[in-house]
Amino acid sequence: MADKKSFIINRRHMLQASAGLVVGTTLLLGGCGIPKDGDDKSQELNAFVRIGSDNLVTVIIKHVEFGQGVYTGLTTLVAEELDADWSQMRADSAPANKDLYKNLLMGAQGTGGSTAMANSFEQMRKAGAVARAMLLAAAREEWGVPVDEITISKGIISHSASKNSAKFGELADLAAKQKAPENPPLKARKDFLFIGKHVAKVDSQAKSNGTAQFTLDQYRPDMLTAVVAHPPQFGATVKSFNAKKTLAEKGVVDVKQIKEGIAVYAENTFVAIRARDLLEIQWDDSNAEKRSSAQLLKNFRDAASKTGQVVGTKGDVGAALSTGSRRFEAEYIFPYLAHAPMEPLDALFEQQDGKIDVWHGCQSQTSDHKAISETLKVDPDNVKIHTMLAGGSFGRRAQQDSAFAVEAAHVFDAIDRKRPVKTMWTREDDIKGGYYRPLVVHRLTGAMSPDGEVEAWDQSIAAQSLIEGTALAPLLKGNPDRTIAEGAAEPYYNIPNHRVSIHSMKAGVPVLWWRSVGHTHNGFAVECFIDQMLTGMNFDPVAGRVALLKNSPRDTAVLKRVADMANWGGSTAAGRARGVAVHKSFGTYIAQIAEVSIEGGRPKVHKVWAAVDCGMAVNPEIVSAQIEGGIGYGLGAALMNEITLGEGGYVEQSNFHDYLPLRITDMPEIDVSIVESSEPPTGVGEPGTPPIAPAVANALAALTGQTVNRLPIYNMA
Amino acid sequence: MTTKFEINGDTVSVDSEPDTPLLWVIRDELKLTGTKFGCGIAQCGACTVHVGGVATRSCVTPLAAVDGARITTIEGATGAKAEAIQNAWQQLDVPQCGYCQSGQIMSALELLQNNSNPPDEDIDAAMNGNVCRCATYGRIRKAIKDAAKAVQVSSNG
Repeated sequence: MADKKSFIINRRHMLQASAGLVVGTTLLLGGCGIPKDGDDKSQELNAFVRIGSDNLVTVIIKHVEFGQGVYTGLTTLVAEELDADWSQMRADSAPANKDLYKNLLMGAQGTGGSTAMANSFEQMRKAGAVARAMLLAAAREEWGVPVDEITISKGIISHSASKNSAKFGELADLAAKQKAPENPPLKARKDFLFIGKHVAKVDSQAKSNGTAQFTLDQYRPDMLTAVVAHPPQFGATVKSFNAKKTLAEKGVVDVKQIKEGIAVYAENTFVAIRARDLLEIQWDDSNAEKRSSAQLLKNFRDAASKTGQVVGTKGDVGAALSTGSRRFEAEYIFPYLAHAPMEPLDALFEQQDGKIDVWHGCQSQTSDHKAISETLKVDPDNVKIHTMLAGGSFGRRAQQDSAFAVEAAHVFDAIDRKRPVKTMWTREDDIKGGYYRPLVVHRLTGAMSPDGEVEAWDQSIAAQSLIEGTALAPLLKGNPDRTIAEGAAEPYYNIPNHRVSIHSMKAGVPVLWWRSVGHTHNGFAVECFIDQMLTGMNFDPVAGRVALLKNSPRDTAVLKRVADMANWGGSTAAGRARGVAVHKSFGTYIAQIAEVSIEGGRPKVHKVWAAVDCGMAVNPEIVSAQIEGGIGYGLGAALMNEITLGEGGYVEQSNFHDYLPLRITDMPEIDVSIVESSEPPTGVGEPGTPPIAPAVANALAALTGQTVNRLPIYNMA
Repeated sequence: MTTKFEINGDTVSVDSEPDTPLLWVIRDELKLTGTKFGCGIAQCGACTVHVGGVATRSCVTPLAAVDGARITTIEGATGAKAEAIQNAWQQLDVPQCGYCQSGQIMSALELLQNNSNPPDEDIDAAMNGNVCRCATYGRIRKAIKDAAKAVQVSSNG
């Protein structure tokens, strides 16, 4: 680094700085980003469990940790079956290895669809039980006593008759030589010590003292920092460029054209960012999306006004609508949304002896690993991904085509991989960079009888597909992309005549799953429209829903629970009103009630009650925290957020001053209640998000008499 | 040009360009990575450090402005109040992704240093510049109150 020479420091600081680097290096070898506090002499008992001579048990986590609590959750499962002491448990990230670490619900290594706990529940318990059996076998061999007389409790293996006892570390070497049993018995639920209880999260300390390591925190010797000037319209390309001024900046090392734009390489971050602004680039917009979002919206609205490809149908909707008691209609408009995770996209590449190391908050290891190997034309065995802690994602880090991993590989390759390169996006790159939650329009027509039965429901959805035209398209096998209608196509309400159709819209704006994906708009459309019908017919929104949920006991249970929590039907403070919504996504059932008022001409959400049924709650505190976070994330977007394309297709927002994040003053008080369940666990990362926007919209409709037909709500006035 | 300042008790001299944001000096030159980049325009607070005891967005603070200053980053956050805050953060499992939390804690620390028992309005005023996209705000608010109580109990005891 050029700054080394100029960096004059006193001795004490020198010592501190070098210690910091040593710690960093250790972390880099280890992987995940939580500083290690033990030695590295550990025995691998299976692909998920390592036990050190210092008694620390390290659980290898196949999923990325970006706040959803998976490091703690999966570690809990191993600790449970291992009968470990919680204080000896640690977590580290797995390398990219599809055979060992694939998501059992996805068939590839990756995190998404709120599946981390659901797909790992049996697997990780089994990993813990296998390790336990191997420790027992080691004790039997060491002590020469019958295995069924040996017990393990709080990390101590003991045999009371012979007064033998040992910590895990003392028997780890011998345990590693034992045969792993195929199907060790798993604990009965009544014997759980950790599952369903509170444990301290394994990463809270490092995330409270600044030592947690994210991709952006990685520095390698001689490393360059790179930023890329991307085209200002989606689909535009570089026609020509002049980098003279950029290259004249002190600290700029090189400028290269890559497929994604112009990469600027510098000795430090600030120089890279500033020098990028000095580039003179002529863009070729001949293949760019030049329509504004207003123009796109017009096309989407026109499409949604007609029936599209039918993806769910029951009864005779046409007949029921024409004979129905009272007809209702609605249109709902949803804007493009950026994910805006706190840590913008970044990745660090290094090549040594033909081997590539990548430090990256990697959400799709199998896809990114393959894409990087192919882009760099390196044998996959010589590409190692260190999955780092990631500063949020909400979907942003899992791209269908690994576009960011490929961009960072291009950046690295373009300077011949001769120095390590950290490619980072700025917030402006993030907000303007596409891969948005799609623009969506819903049109609904329905009929309700005087006794509150939904006689007919006809819903037409116009949206861009997240799958068509991407690397995932073969999964559709030529069929329509039903995920556009997820959460709407198969109604949870009892509706005899029901039809949902989709229009797969084409636009040059790259789109991506955004926390809860199709449920973000389908949950809103369904829950607002049902509310409009029920209240229009003078039915209570909770009682009316319960009557329509006759075949859905788990939806009913969360709805009744949340109504009890909020004392629904009781009095509400003057100037306030409440709204309700219930929506199942990713196997988890949630009902929410929001209490709102209008303050200074704008909606204010004071309080939210949430009842959740996610099967067995492995870590109840994490479940609650995820529901709280999901509500906050959905609320901020519903109130304030919209990405718009202006004339010519240029994105009009750029940073947090015009893409407003939810702040502490916007955050309602939230009460979460978890329904007791013996069902297998389902996800909680996403399901908290869908109900909040309709609950708030329904509360506002109750307060003002005006339905919310377009998000964000702040733009309505 | 050399700029000299004190950071976490150490005196350092750096000769980055005077308009270099303090954030990038702290991270790229001093390798104190607890302080984060989030927006670059003082809208998110992930880069919050103390300059002369005042919570400051280091992403818009030029190096030239801190010549001779005393700077504290998350790595140098020590003392009873810092410990109480960090303990409360862990007790309540405040962090989710954790990326913003250094900045949150530095803002909370300035608040408690000036106000040992802040009411909600003061918490709002002190913390509204710190964005958490995981929306851990409810736990942040409670952790600040718990930390304030813990400091009072220990100072009374």
